[in-house]
Amino acid sequence: MAAIIDVQHVHKAFGGLKVINDCSIQVEQGSITGLIGPNGAGKSTLFNIIAGALPLDSGRVLLDGEEITNRPANELFHKGLLRTFQIAHEFSQMTALENLMMVPPAQAGETLFNAWFKPSLVGKEEAEVRRRALEVIDFIGLHHVRNELAGNLSGGQKKLLELGRTMMTDARVVLLDEIAAGVNRTLLGDLVTNIERLNREMGYTFLVIEHDMDMIARLCEPVIVLAQGSVMVEGSIEEIQNNPQVIEAYFGAAS
Amino acid sequence: MNELVFFINNVVIAGSVSGSIYAIGAVGVTLIFSIMRFAHFAHGDMMTFGAFMVLLLATAFPAAGDAFGVPSALVLLPLAMALTALLAVGIDKAFYKPLRAHGVKPIVLVIGSLGVTLMLQGLIRLFAGTSGQSLYIDDRKEIFRLALPFEGARAPVVITEPQLYLFVITLVAVIGLHVFLSRSRLGKAMRAMSDNPDLAQASGINTNTIVAVTWVIAGGLAAIAGTLLSLDVTFKPDLSFFLLLPIFAAAIVGGVGHPFGAVAGGFVVGFAETLAVFNWSVLLRPFRDSLPSWLLESGNLAFVGTEYKIVVPFFILVVILVWRPTGIFKGKVI
Repeated sequence: MAAIIDVQHVHKAFGGLKVINDCSIQVEQGSITGLIGPNGAGKSTLFNIIAGALPLDSGRVLLDGEEITNRPANELFHKGLLRTFQIAHEFSQMTALENLMMVPPAQAGETLFNAWFKPSLVGKEEAEVRRRALEVIDFIGLHHVRNELAGNLSGGQKKLLELGRTMMTDARVVLLDEIAAGVNRTLLGDLVTNIERLNREMGYTFLVIEHDMDMIARLCEPVIVLAQGSVMVEGSIEEIQNNPQVIEAYFGAAS
Repeated sequence: MNELVFFINNVVIAGSVSGSIYAIGAVGVTLIFSIMRFAHFAHGDMMTFGAFMVLLLATAFPAAGDAFGVPSALVLLPLAMALTALLAVGIDKAFYKPLRAHGVKPIVLVIGSLGVTLMLQGLIRLFAGTSGQSLYIDDRKEIFRLALPFEGARAPVVITEPQLYLFVITLVAVIGLHVFLSRSRLGKAMRAMSDNPDLAQASGINTNTIVAVTWVIAGGLAAIAGTLLSLDVTFKPDLSFFLLLPIFAAAIVGGVGHPFGAVAGGFVVGFAETLAVFNWSVLLRPFRDSLPSWLLESGNLAFVGTEYKIVVPFFILVVILVWRPTGIFKGKVI
């Protein structure tokens, strides 16, 4: 299988603090790859670099063989690379349904001419997007709050909405940044099920940052452990859990 | 009845005129704020620039309006809007974008826009001189006198041609903006970006495009406001000086970042100004028998003198902000 995301020798420093230090990772097409590591290991920074939210100092990032180093997030979106945020982001002044309807690219309403002079065309496309948004909102189990302002949803519901956002377009790779944090156990089960379904039924590749080891164990294969800005180990969850180096990085030398 | 006509002429029409100008200006200020999160102080000078472009074009093509039977300035306004939009995008590229790219605090952008103000004022003075000039080059300013169909209404309601244009164009601009923001994909993207710029970008919205579109709209509206005001009175290089403060007051009163709030704020400020300097003694004259005599003795019964007109927006601003700190409409997001 080919690597859909290929990070090659990336360096990134904030002032004198080297956060990412010669880091190279590959994410296989069709996998749900976990990215774990102690606090300060550089997981979120690496994520932001891949997602185009942070410029890197040196190195390259490839998406399916195409160089995407330092491309802006909106361009990556149109190439099928989507991300969620560690702290759930939403358009707070729009309803949950409108949040989803914001996503699909290249609607006819994009040109001013159509918006003003061909409202019927825009209306037709919008109806199609709306149908899809309703399907997605059913899928993520937020149908009952679809007309609430997204800013009023609970933290967990916002996380579900983030996942829903990735389903509105035909994504190839989705970066999930601590999607389980702050989500209760029941909702978490739904989330995991949904991620597995998207992976299986729609062929999404996932790269997942997570602190919840149960979720990692259930979902991810392989798992990459990041420490001090570079890859420490990579392997199945069993291999990782029994690796003395990993145990030391997490619990300190005392164990 | 003549008192009523006096009231219509001096309050309803005059207030609507300033209200419309402030509304169009404040919409631009509020859009820029909601997308880029800074108070754009050079907005008044973008208005002056727009009017100056019309002056230049109308001087060059004084007969442009003949075929349509309207003043040349009006026919040339779309061209001036395009030029002002171009200027706005250019200013952003040259001055604000580098600052944004460095991730500076909004206050730095505000100071930057003050610099742009001084620069634009200097440039306009350099080319236009400092005196007032009429935008009516070869045309005659029509004045309509409408007699009211009432007994005893001898004085007519007076409305000038540019005032009529102003009302129509304001209405069209506000409706057009509403359709754009609520229906078009680009307008929705603007709303999204004003709500959450990071998420907007991660949702595939090209934030650079949105910024440029914002400047185009703000520049175009600024040209409209500047030109229509100059048509009604005269073109002066220091036009913006008297516009900037009421426009900011209007934007804040309406709830910063809320276009319809800005429109409402513009009319609140415009009417407040007009009512504050209105001489009430004329209106009260028919009731003089039932009023104490000292009230009407001076013959001038305005709340403040005309020379203090400019303080009125601030009074309104304070009152509204105490009563409703986020503005009439809840602000911050389009």
